[in-house]
Amino acid sequence: MTPNAPSVARIARLTVLSLGALIFLAPYIFMVSTAGKAQSEIFSSSLSLIPQQWSYIENFSKALSRVSMGTLLFNGVIVCALIFVIQIVVAIPCAYAMAKLKFRAARTMMVLVMLGLLVPIHATALPIYVAFDRLSVLNSYAALVAPFSISVFAIFLFLQFFRAMPDELIHAARLDGMSEAGIVARVIVPNAWPAITAFAIFSVVAHWNDLFWPLIVVTNQDYATPPLGLLYFRAAEAGDDYGALMAATLIITLPLVTAFLLAQKRFVEGITMTGLKG
Amino acid sequence: MASVATFETAIAEPAAREARIAWLLALPAITLLLLFILLPTLAVIVLGFTDFELGYGSFRFVGFENYAELFGDRTFRRSLWNTAVYTLIVTPVSIVLALAIAMLIEAETKGRAFFRTVYFLPVASLLVAMATVWQFLFHPTIGPINTFLSLFGIAGPNWLGASGTVLYGLSIIGIWQSVGFNMVLFLAGLTAIPRELYAAAEVDGAKSWFDRFRLVTWPMLGPTTLFVTTISIINSVKVFETVKTLTEGGPNKASEVLLFTIYQEGFVYLRVGYASAMTVVFLAILVVLMFLQYRVLDRKVHYA
Amino acid sequence: MSVLSLQGITKSYGGNAILKGVSLEAEAGEFIALVGPSGCGKSTLLRIVAGLDHGDAGEIVIGGKSVARMAAADRNVAMVFQSYALYPHLTAGQNIAVPLAMRRLSAAQRLPVVGNLLPGQKQLRSEIQRQVKEMALALKIDHLLDRKPGQMSGGQRQRVALARAMVRRPAVFLMDEPLSNLDANLRVHARGEIVDLHRRAGVPTLYVTHDQSEALSMADRVAVMIGGNLLQLAAPKEIYDNPSHIEVARFLGQPKINVLETRTDAAGIVRFGDLLLLADRGRAPDAPVQLTIRPEFVRFHPASTGRLTGRVERMEFLGSEVIVHARLDAIGDVVTAKSAPSEAAALSLGQPVDVEIMPDRAMLFDQQGARLQAEPVAIAASLEKIHG
Repeated sequence: MTPNAPSVARIARLTVLSLGALIFLAPYIFMVSTAGKAQSEIFSSSLSLIPQQWSYIENFSKALSRVSMGTLLFNGVIVCALIFVIQIVVAIPCAYAMAKLKFRAARTMMVLVMLGLLVPIHATALPIYVAFDRLSVLNSYAALVAPFSISVFAIFLFLQFFRAMPDELIHAARLDGMSEAGIVARVIVPNAWPAITAFAIFSVVAHWNDLFWPLIVVTNQDYATPPLGLLYFRAAEAGDDYGALMAATLIITLPLVTAFLLAQKRFVEGITMTGLKG
Repeated sequence: MASVATFETAIAEPAAREARIAWLLALPAITLLLLFILLPTLAVIVLGFTDFELGYGSFRFVGFENYAELFGDRTFRRSLWNTAVYTLIVTPVSIVLALAIAMLIEAETKGRAFFRTVYFLPVASLLVAMATVWQFLFHPTIGPINTFLSLFGIAGPNWLGASGTVLYGLSIIGIWQSVGFNMVLFLAGLTAIPRELYAAAEVDGAKSWFDRFRLVTWPMLGPTTLFVTTISIINSVKVFETVKTLTEGGPNKASEVLLFTIYQEGFVYLRVGYASAMTVVFLAILVVLMFLQYRVLDRKVHYA
Repeated sequence: MSVLSLQGITKSYGGNAILKGVSLEAEAGEFIALVGPSGCGKSTLLRIVAGLDHGDAGEIVIGGKSVARMAAADRNVAMVFQSYALYPHLTAGQNIAVPLAMRRLSAAQRLPVVGNLLPGQKQLRSEIQRQVKEMALALKIDHLLDRKPGQMSGGQRQRVALARAMVRRPAVFLMDEPLSNLDANLRVHARGEIVDLHRRAGVPTLYVTHDQSEALSMADRVAVMIGGNLLQLAAPKEIYDNPSHIEVARFLGQPKINVLETRTDAAGIVRFGDLLLLADRGRAPDAPVQLTIRPEFVRFHPASTGRLTGRVERMEFLGSEVIVHARLDAIGDVVTAKSAPSEAAALSLGQPVDVEIMPDRAMLFDQQGARLQAEPVAIAASLEKIHG
C-alpha cells in the first residue's frame, strides 16, 4: 500500500474500461459514419470514419422514401403506449387487491401469476395466432396489443411494491371516507410512481424491440412496427446498399436511444428494479 | 337469537364486501390471464398431440407422434444443439465480462455514469437495427472487422456467411447486447455489499484484491450471480431476432435455433400441431431452468 | 511502557478537517474509551489506527513499530465493527477462523480444492480449529459454531464478532460502537462482559462510543473528542469531576452541566449570588467567564429572599430523582438541579425559590473554554488578600 499504487491501478482500470467502451461503441460509430458514405466509398473498405464525400442527405432521403419511417415510428409509439396503459390499468387494481384486501382467490391468483411468469409470448403465440386468424383480426393494432394486455410481471412487481406500503396509509384513507377505487386512484397510484416508471421503461423497451409477435400477426406494412419495418426495408434493399441501410437503422434506433440518454439514470434504475424483482 | 344473528352479519358484512371489491378489482386481470396465458398454454399442450395444420379444416389426435417425429427430426436436433452452443458461449462470457466491468466501474470514482451509460447503450437499442449494423461490421470484404484484421495480415472469416463461424458471430452480437443488462444488476449487487465487510476482511488479513474478492465480493454477490445466470440462460435460449434478421437459420441450418425453428414450422409452414410439440419442449426447458434456480437459491446462496 | 502511541494525527476530507492533530498513548492492558458527539472524528481515528483509512500526517506506533504506512492486514490489530461485519455465508466457526487462516495459510493452501492437497495444511487447519474451539468456549458460544450469522440473535452475533477479533491475540484491540446494535438490557449486560474479557486478555483496547455512560463505566481512561480535537484523556472520575475544557464538562453528565455567563470584577473575583470565587488566583480581572455547576450540586429552597432567586419552570419526575428547572430572576438563565424526590416535594411549578450553589463544586472557564482555577473565598478573606 504505497501511496503510488492507487494511481497506477486507476490508470490500468481506466484504460481497460475505455478500450471496452470503444469496442461497445464501435457499432454506433460505424453506423453514423457509414450512413454518410457513398456506395463506392463503402466498397473501398477503408477504416476511415469520416466520409470523403458527405452523402448523408442522399442516404437519408433513400431511407425515408423506400419505407414510410413516419408510419413505422407512429405505429411503434401507438403500440407501446397502448400496451403500457392497458397493462397498468389492469395490473394495478389486481395487485392492490392481492396485496391489501382479503379474498379467497388471492392464493390461487398468486399461483397463476407465478406460473404466468414462466410462460413467454413465444409459448402462447401459436394458439393465439390461430384464434386471431379465425376471428380475422390479424393485421390490426388490436392483434399487436391484445396478447400483452395482461402482464403478470406487472402484477408481480406492483404486488411487491404495494406489500411494502404501510397499511396505515390505506386505513387512514378509509377513515377519511374513500372508496377502494378512490384509494387506488388517489393513494396507491401517486405513491407507486417509482414502480410505475420502472415498469414503463421495462415494458416500452421490451415491446419497442419485439420482432417475434409483430412478425407473426402483421403482414401489412401499414401496421408494421419499427423492427418489422426495418426487416421489410432490408428485404427491399437486398441488403447491399449499406449507406441507406445504416441511415434507416439510425433513424429507427434514435428515438429509444435518445430517450435513454436523456433519462439514463431512470433507465438503469428501472431495469435494475424490474430486473431484480423479476 | 335475533341479536346474535345481527351481530354476526355485522361482522360478516364488511368482510364479504371487501372480498367483493377485491374480486371486482382483480376481475379484468383474471379474465385476461385466463384468456391470453392459461388457455393458450393448455391449448399448446393439447395441440402438440394433434396433426393440426392451419388452412385445413379438420385435425385428429395423434398421441405422441409429433414428439416421436421430433426425435428423428434432424433440423430440430440441430436447432437444439445450436441453441445449447449459443447459450454456452453467450451466458458465461457475458456474465464474466459484466462482473468484471461492474467491478471496475464500482472501483472508479469519476466517470462512473459515463461508462455505465456506454455499456448499457446496447440494451436500449433496437436489436434488429443494431444486428443490421453488426452484419455490416461482419461483412467478409467491406466490413470493418475484417478490414481491421487484414491490417495484421489476418484473413478474417466470412463471419455470418460460413457455417463454421455463424454461431460465433451471433454469439458476439448476443454478448454485446446482454453485457450491459447483466452489468447494471451486478452494480446493484455490489452497492448492496456492506462496506464494513471489506473493512473486516482487511483487518482479518485479506491483503490482496483476490483475497477480498473471494472472502467478501463473490459470496455476497451469490444471489445476484444466480439470478443473472438464470436470466442470461433464458434470454439466450430465446434468441430469435438476430437469427431471423441476419441468417434465417442458415447457412445450411448452421444457425437454426429453437425459436426460429418453431417460428418456421408454425407460422411459415403452418404445421401448428408439430410446432406446438416443439413449443412444449421449449417450455419444459424454461420450467427446468426456473426449478433449478429455486433449488440452488434455497440451498446455496440465501444465508438467512 | 506505551503499547500504542498516536502522534499528531490529522485528516481532512475535501478541505474539511476531521482530525486536527490527535495524540494519545495507551499503556499495556489499558482500556481507553474514545467518546464524543457524532462527527467528532472518533471513528475516523479508529479507522486510521486500524489501517482502513490513512491520515494526512502523524505517526502511529504499535508495540514499538511504526505502522502508519502499513496495510491493515500487517498491523496486528483486531477490530469489532458496529454492524459486527460477520461474513454471512460462513458459519460462526468459519468466521472466527478467518483471521487465523488468512495469516497462517498461504494463498495456495487457501484455495478450495487444490489447497486441501498441499502439504502441511492439515496440521495447520486442525490447529486453527483447536484455537477456534477454545475461543468459542471462553465466550460460551461453542454451541453456535455451526450456525450462520443469519440464524443467530444480535447478542450471539456480537459474541462471534468478539471471538473473531480476539482469536489471534492482536497487539491492539479496536472496537467501533460494538454495543449500539443491541437492545438496552443486553447492552448493560454486555458492557460487563467486554470489561471481563478485556481484563483476562490484557490486550490494550481502543473503544469508540458516543454513549458517555458506556465510556465512563467501562474504561480505565476516557478520551473526549470534540470537533476533531482530543480535549482530555483521564480516568472516568477525574474527567467528570475535573474537566479541563468547557466542552468536556458540557459533553459529560446527564442532565447537562449548568453554564452561566458572568464576569470577574476588578479584583478577579466572580460574584454570583452568595457565591464568591477567586478566578485564576486573581490573574483575570474584569473579564467575561463561564461559571459551571453540575445539577447534583444545585439546590432549590422554597422562598425568595436570598441573593439568587428564581422560579420553578419545569419538573421531571424520574423515580429515584427529580430534575427541576428554574429560571433565574436576575439574568433570565435556566438552572437545572437534580434533587431527591423528598426535597422536590416542597416545590411546585411557578414557585419562587432561592438557588443554592455549592461553592467548592463550581468551576470557572474562560471565554475560549479553558479551565480557570476557582477558589471559594469569604468576603473578608478576599478583601484581606487583595488589599492586604
